[in-house]
Amino acid sequence: MQDKMIARAKELLRDGAVNRVLGWKTGEFVYDITPAVFTSAEELDRDFVFDAFTAANLSKYLVKESKKEGKVLAFLKPCDSYSFQQLIKEHRVDRENVYIVGIPCEGKVDIEALKARGISGITAIEETADAVTVKTVYDEDITVAKQDVLFERCVNCKSKKVVICDEMLGENGEIVDSDRFDAVAKLEAMTPDERFAFWQNELSRCIRCNACRNVCPACTCEKCVFDNVNSGVEHKVAANSFEESLFHIIRAYHVAGRCTDCGECSRVCPQHIPLHLLNRKFIKDMNELYGEYQAGADTETRPPLVNFSMDDCEPSIVYQRGGNA
Amino acid sequence: MQRIGVFVCWCGSNIAATVDVQRVAEELKKEPGVVFSADYQYMCSESGQNLIKDAIKEHALTGVVICSCSPRMHENTFRKAAASVGLNPYMVEIANIREQCSWIHKDKATGTEKAIILGRAAIAKVHLNAPLIAGESPVTKRALVIGGGIAGIQTALDIAEAGFEVDIVEKSPTIGGKMAQLDKTFPTLDCSACILTPKMVEAAQQEKIKIYSYSEIDEVKGFVGNFSVKIRRKARYVKEDICTGCGLCTEKCPQKKVPNEFNMGMDNRRAIYIPFAQAVPKVATIDPNYCTMLKTGKCGVCSKICGVKAIDYTQQDEIVEAKYGAIVVATGFNPISPAKFDEFAYSQSPDVVTSLEYERLMNAAGPTNGTLLRPSDGKHPHTIVFVQCVGSRCDGAEKGKPYCSKVCCMYTAKHAMLTREKYPDTDVYVFYIDVRTPGKNFDEFYRRAVEEYNVHYIKGMVGKVVPENGKLKVQAADLLSNEQLHIDADMVVLATAVEPDPSARSLATKLTASMDTNDFFTEAHPKLRPVESPTAGVFLSGMCQGPKDIPETVSQASAAAAKVIGLLVKDKLVGNPCVAHSDELLCNGCSSCEKVCPYGAITYSDKEFRMPDRTTALRRVAAVNPAVCQGCGACTVACPSGAMDLFGFSNNQIMAEVDAICK
Repeated sequence: MQDKMIARAKELLRDGAVNRVLGWKTGEFVYDITPAVFTSAEELDRDFVFDAFTAANLSKYLVKESKKEGKVLAFLKPCDSYSFQQLIKEHRVDRENVYIVGIPCEGKVDIEALKARGISGITAIEETADAVTVKTVYDEDITVAKQDVLFERCVNCKSKKVVICDEMLGENGEIVDSDRFDAVAKLEAMTPDERFAFWQNELSRCIRCNACRNVCPACTCEKCVFDNVNSGVEHKVAANSFEESLFHIIRAYHVAGRCTDCGECSRVCPQHIPLHLLNRKFIKDMNELYGEYQAGADTETRPPLVNFSMDDCEPSIVYQRGGNA
Repeated sequence: MQRIGVFVCWCGSNIAATVDVQRVAEELKKEPGVVFSADYQYMCSESGQNLIKDAIKEHALTGVVICSCSPRMHENTFRKAAASVGLNPYMVEIANIREQCSWIHKDKATGTEKAIILGRAAIAKVHLNAPLIAGESPVTKRALVIGGGIAGIQTALDIAEAGFEVDIVEKSPTIGGKMAQLDKTFPTLDCSACILTPKMVEAAQQEKIKIYSYSEIDEVKGFVGNFSVKIRRKARYVKEDICTGCGLCTEKCPQKKVPNEFNMGMDNRRAIYIPFAQAVPKVATIDPNYCTMLKTGKCGVCSKICGVKAIDYTQQDEIVEAKYGAIVVATGFNPISPAKFDEFAYSQSPDVVTSLEYERLMNAAGPTNGTLLRPSDGKHPHTIVFVQCVGSRCDGAEKGKPYCSKVCCMYTAKHAMLTREKYPDTDVYVFYIDVRTPGKNFDEFYRRAVEEYNVHYIKGMVGKVVPENGKLKVQAADLLSNEQLHIDADMVVLATAVEPDPSARSLATKLTASMDTNDFFTEAHPKLRPVESPTAGVFLSGMCQGPKDIPETVSQASAAAAKVIGLLVKDKLVGNPCVAHSDELLCNGCSSCEKVCPYGAITYSDKEFRMPDRTTALRRVAAVNPAVCQGCGACTVACPSGAMDLFGFSNNQIMAEVDAICK
C-alpha cells in the first residue's frame, strides 16, 4: 500500500493537482510516527511511510494546511475521514483546497501492546490480514496475532468506510457492528462510588501535558479556553492530583456532539488514561436520548445538542438518568 | 473599583421576620467596594426610592445592590429610580432575599446567613457590571389570532375596531368553534347561533380582518413586535375565491357515508361539505380521506356539477408568510372522550351520550332536527340521567383531569331545564358531587331547574350503567339519604371534562410559550397578567388558558385585545440591552450558535483579520443582531470557544456570583 500511495502522490504532484502531500514519516524509531508534509518526489521516496504504526489522524492538520496557498493531498483513513467531514461541518477546513485519497484501514498496532508482550527494540513491522511480524535489534522475527496488539479503538472499530474522498486507493470498507459501548456500559453498571474511584485512579495520573487536546481533531478553537486568560480556567494550578479531572470533564463537554470517537486522545496519552471513554459516554447517552448520531458521518445533519425536534426527550428524563446512571 | 451602595428591604415582615435585615446590611457593608449600606421597611415605597436616590448622589455610587423581592417585581422600579439621578439602570442588581430566602426558611439564623451570601453574590456581580444602553426595534402593526372560535373572533373584532389589521388562522373549514355547536346558552337560554353568527359575519365583513380558514401555523420566528409566521393553507380542493357556497356539490356528492363532525358523528355528511349553514367562509371543502376522486381518480361529480368551476383536485397546501407584531392564542378546547370510563357504558350503548352530543340532539340543525330522540331506536326518551364531573376533579388523573371543568354544572342545569320545558313528561335526574354556580344569575338559574322544573338533583355519583333490554340500568348512590338507587333510564348524558385542543402542545413549542401540566397555557402572572403569556408579544384568549364559560371567554378575549392594541399602538419598542455579542477573535465560525438561536439573530460572514504574525487571514465569524437577540443565552453555552457572551450576564459575572456564594 505504501508504494501505491507514494506513486499516486508523485503523480498528483507532477500533474500539479496538488503542491504538497500530507502523510506520515518515521521518527527516531519505526513506531515513532509523525505526520508530515512532503513537497517533492524525493522527500516522498525518502521519508513517506504507511504501515501498521501510522495511526495518527491527519484531519486536524488540514485546518491550517487547507488555508495555505495551493491544494494539498491528504491520505485519510476511515477514522480521519469522519473527523475531516466533521471539520467541514464546522467550517474549519476549506474542502476545495484538499485533495483526499481514501485509504482502507484494518486497524493499527499499539506499540504499548507489543511492549507489554516483552517485545522491544523493534526495527521493522510487516502485517498480513490477521498477524503482524516485527524484526528486532536482537535479530528476532516475532509474529503475533493482530487482534492482540491493536489499539482498543481498532478492536472495537466502528467503521471501515472512508466517508469522504476524491478517490479511493484500494477497496472502501463498510460501517461495522461494534462493541465499543460495552466498556461504557460497564462503567455505568458501577455504583457512583466505584465509578468515582475508577476515574480518580485514572485521572490522577494526568500530568496535564495537553497532548489529548492538541491531537484532538475536535479541538480546533482559534483560542482554546485553557489558553484564554479571560476564561478563568487558564493555567490554573491543580490543588491536588485529581483536580485535572476538571480539565478532562470540560474538554469532554466541549467536544460533546462533535467527537467522532477517533480515539486519538487515548492513543497519545503518555499516562495511558482511557480518555475516550468520557467521550463515548456522551455519544452513548446522545444515541439513547436523541437517536443514533455519528459525528462526521455527513455534513448536513445537526448534532443532537444543537438541534431541536418535537420528539426530543423531556429534560426531566435526562436529569433522571443523570441521577441513576 | 466600583462604589457600591447596598439597600436591604424589610418588605414589612415578609423579609424581616425570617432575616435579620440589620445584620445583613452590616455584614455587606464590610464587602470590598461597598461604601454605603442601609436597611428600610419598604424600599419600593417613594421614601425608600428616595433613600436610594439620595445615597447615589451623596456617596457618588457607581453600583447599587438591592436586597429585596424577586427582580420580576421591582427591578424596574429600582432601575428607574437609579436612572432618575443619572446612574445607568443596568448598574442596579437585585439580590432576591424574599422568594428565594425569607419565604422558604423558617429559621432566622439560616435565613440571615443566606441573605448575606445572596447579597455578596450580587455585589460580586456589580463589580463586573458595565453601563448598558437599550436599543429600539420597530413594531409590525398587525396581529395574528390563532383559533377562530368565539374567543378568537372577539379578540380579532376588538383589535380591528381599534384600527389594526388582524389575521385569524382557523384549522377547520369555518370559524365559529365550539360555540357554533351549542344549542342554547346559559343563563339566559338564548340561541347560541343567534348570538354567535352575527359576530362571525362581522368578522367576515370587517375590512381589517383576514380569515385563513382550514389553515394551520407551520412556523413562528422572531420576537415581540416582529414575529414572522408561516401559515399552512391546507388544500381544500375548492377555489375559495370562486366558490359561491351554493351547496349543490354537497348534495350531489355520491360519497354519503362520512361521519359529520359538526353533529358529533351522529349523522353523515358528504365527502365535499360545508360544515353548517352559517359557516364563514361559506365555501365547500373536500375531505381527502373520503373523496373517491382524490383517492382513486374516478368520480369528479362535484367538478361537473359546479356552476362556477371552483373545484380543483390538483390543489396543494400553500404556505403564506406574514409578519405580525403580536400573537393571540385562542386554540380552545375539546371535551374528553368518555370511552375510558367503562362504568358509563359509553362505548356499549348509543344512548349514552356526551353533553355536546346531547346539545346536537336538541338543536334544530342537529341530526334529529331538534326533536329529542334516542340515537338507538329514534324513540322519545322518558327518563334521562345526567352524570356530572365525568373526568373532571379526578384524583389519580389517569383517566380524567384533576381540575374542575367549570362549565358542566351550568350546562347540565340548562339541558335538564330545556328537556323538562320541551318534554314535561320526562323524568330528569342529575347526579352531582357539588353544584358550582358562581356567576351572575347562575345560582338563580340552577335553582329554577330544581324548583320550577322539578329536576331531580341527587348528590352522588353513578357507579354503573348497564344496557339491558333497550333500557339503561343506572346504579347510583344518593349520598344525602344514604341509599342505593336503581334507575331504568332511556338515556344517560355524560358531562365530560374539557381539555385543551391537542394542537396547543405543538403550538406552544413553536411560540416558546409555556404550558402547565394539563397543557393549558400559563399566564405571565396568574393574577396580575392573566391574558399575557410569559413570552413577550404572545397573549391568551379563552379556554386555551383554562376552563371558562362564554361570558368569561368574551371578557378575556377583549382584555387580550386591549393588551395587543396597547402594543401595536407603539411605533417602537425599547429593547433589552442584555443581548449576546461575539468576540470575533475567539470565534471559530462553527455555526453552533446560529443553530441554537431561536430568534435567527446570528449571521456569519467572512472577515479579514490581521493575524499575530502580521499576515491577514479571511475568517468566518459570527455577528449578533442586537435588535433581534432576546438575550436567552443559548448561544453562549453552545459556543465551544467562549466567543459568545451576554451583556449584563457575562460568563465572568456569573462565575463571580458562583465564587462569591461558594466562598
